[in-house]
Amino acid sequence: MLFMELISQGLVQGSIYALVALGLTLVYGLLRILHVAHASFFTLGGYIGVLVTNATGSLPLAFLIAMLAAGLMGIAMYRLCYEPILKQPPFVALIASIGLYIAFEEVFRIVFGASGLSYQAPPLQEHVQLFGFLNFSLAELMVMASTAIIIGILGYLQNKTRVGIACQATVTDPQMAESFGIRLRTVRDLNFFIGSALAAFAGVWVALLNNLVEPTMGSVPSYKGLAIIVLGGMGSVRGTLLAALVLGVIESFGTIYLSQFLDRNAIAFAFLILVLMFRPQGLFAKK
Amino acid sequence: MAYEISLLTAMSISVLFALSLNLITGLCGQISLGHAAFLGIGAYTSALLCKAGLPFFATLPLAMLVAGLVGVVVGLTSLRVRDDFLAITTMGVVFLFVGIVRQQDWLGGEMGISNIPVSGLSKTGFMLLALGLAAATAIFCVYLKKSWMGRVFNGIAEDEDTMRVLSIDVPRYKLAAFAIGTALAGLAGALYGQHFKYIGPDSFGFIESITVLSMVVFGGIGSVPGVIVGAALLSALPAWFQVIGDYKLLVYGGLLFLMMRFSPMGLAGIVRSLLKRKAPEASPAAQGVEP
Repeated sequence: MLFMELISQGLVQGSIYALVALGLTLVYGLLRILHVAHASFFTLGGYIGVLVTNATGSLPLAFLIAMLAAGLMGIAMYRLCYEPILKQPPFVALIASIGLYIAFEEVFRIVFGASGLSYQAPPLQEHVQLFGFLNFSLAELMVMASTAIIIGILGYLQNKTRVGIACQATVTDPQMAESFGIRLRTVRDLNFFIGSALAAFAGVWVALLNNLVEPTMGSVPSYKGLAIIVLGGMGSVRGTLLAALVLGVIESFGTIYLSQFLDRNAIAFAFLILVLMFRPQGLFAKK
Repeated sequence: MAYEISLLTAMSISVLFALSLNLITGLCGQISLGHAAFLGIGAYTSALLCKAGLPFFATLPLAMLVAGLVGVVVGLTSLRVRDDFLAITTMGVVFLFVGIVRQQDWLGGEMGISNIPVSGLSKTGFMLLALGLAAATAIFCVYLKKSWMGRVFNGIAEDEDTMRVLSIDVPRYKLAAFAIGTALAGLAGALYGQHFKYIGPDSFGFIESITVLSMVVFGGIGSVPGVIVGAALLSALPAWFQVIGDYKLLVYGGLLFLMMRFSPMGLAGIVRSLLKRKAPEASPAAQGVEP
């Protein structure tokens, strides 16, 4: 039954990756920017989650505040940091974004301390047994369920509503979209809001699963998120989701079978490099 | 005095390391987020060979060779993927390097390698060696930039496809840039190990890669004097201002962002635009030539 355990743990981890990578894909699809600083919203979400839950005792309120705060900061970051340098060559935005991320990580460290915070009484830790042999904590189950629900809703909004279709049009051809009366700025603001809110959502969950938030908690999802959107074929939402889940499962197997040779982070990137050498357009991209 | 000597040695190593990245990213336009891996390969090669009994000077060319060979392999990926994809692939390389070193006992694992045998040079002698090698690299870079190869590098950085149309063997030049740049990083790594007498996987991680990239970018990507000033300043900054020590990464991150936001061409770009403002009637022929 180790096999099933590994798959299910991989899917939990993969759901977290998917939530973080979705925001990255949205930004990359719209602006062709590798948004490394995205993970600072993940960390921000984790901190707000712990602080609000400890202060009020209400987890839903924590989710709400974390997502709102991160979403608004996402818009602010787009307006202040990315919009002025859109015309520059791609490495400019990438390096600016890395700089921002490092600075944010340090701010978290200076404000909240290096050792991190945890919940006074972590909610949702009850254990549940599925099919008689799979052990989950309630939080892990809810991570997977909420990821599936959120992604379903987003997929519906993107394909069936005017706003979603406007977003898709902007990705395909910004100039054409603008001449059809779509306000580019609104679409970009919206994407940054949604992406950052999702990252914060994932941050709260991770804080719950590990019962710990620390300044560096964003670095691994941030770099791995980049690996995932490359695997998924840069800007493809469906590809990103699949890649996130596949990577989660591969890592959970890899840590058991490959741990003499590589650590967990190296497994992800070894897989990435391998895939890129044979399929430079990504694992799930259409030609 | 011992402190100044040590600081100057560290600065020289940083300058050498930053110049090696500038060769790949600045001159040839191939972004690398994993350059610290090659510093690490050089450092580990040199340290292990020193421990095996080889004299330090004999390990220098070997460190360059090993780093350069791995560099060519990584360079091969730049033939498959470009720009953003290449950035992420090279980032993968540094994670892979750290991940492998961590799990290998013969490489020291998490503990790293300490007690690296001494070179036999005095502190001052070693400082002069590092300074000399950094200066030689700087001269080499200036020469390279003016050479035929340097012009091709610049062409690849500006527009790779046009260079292909001009029937330039782009893959060969890209591999050459990676080979030279990573070999120089290996040299810097050998000096690094000898200077600090201790190396571990965390000395060569992603943060170190970003630090050296910020030196290049801060100085002015592609500009040799700019990169020298950038690397010297940023590596000495934490030592000069003890206050900064604790906020080193905040300063680095902030500088990196502000530089990109307001002057993507770094210090060299600022100087250039100041010079242009002073002499607006400069001859138009001079405008096309990069200083």
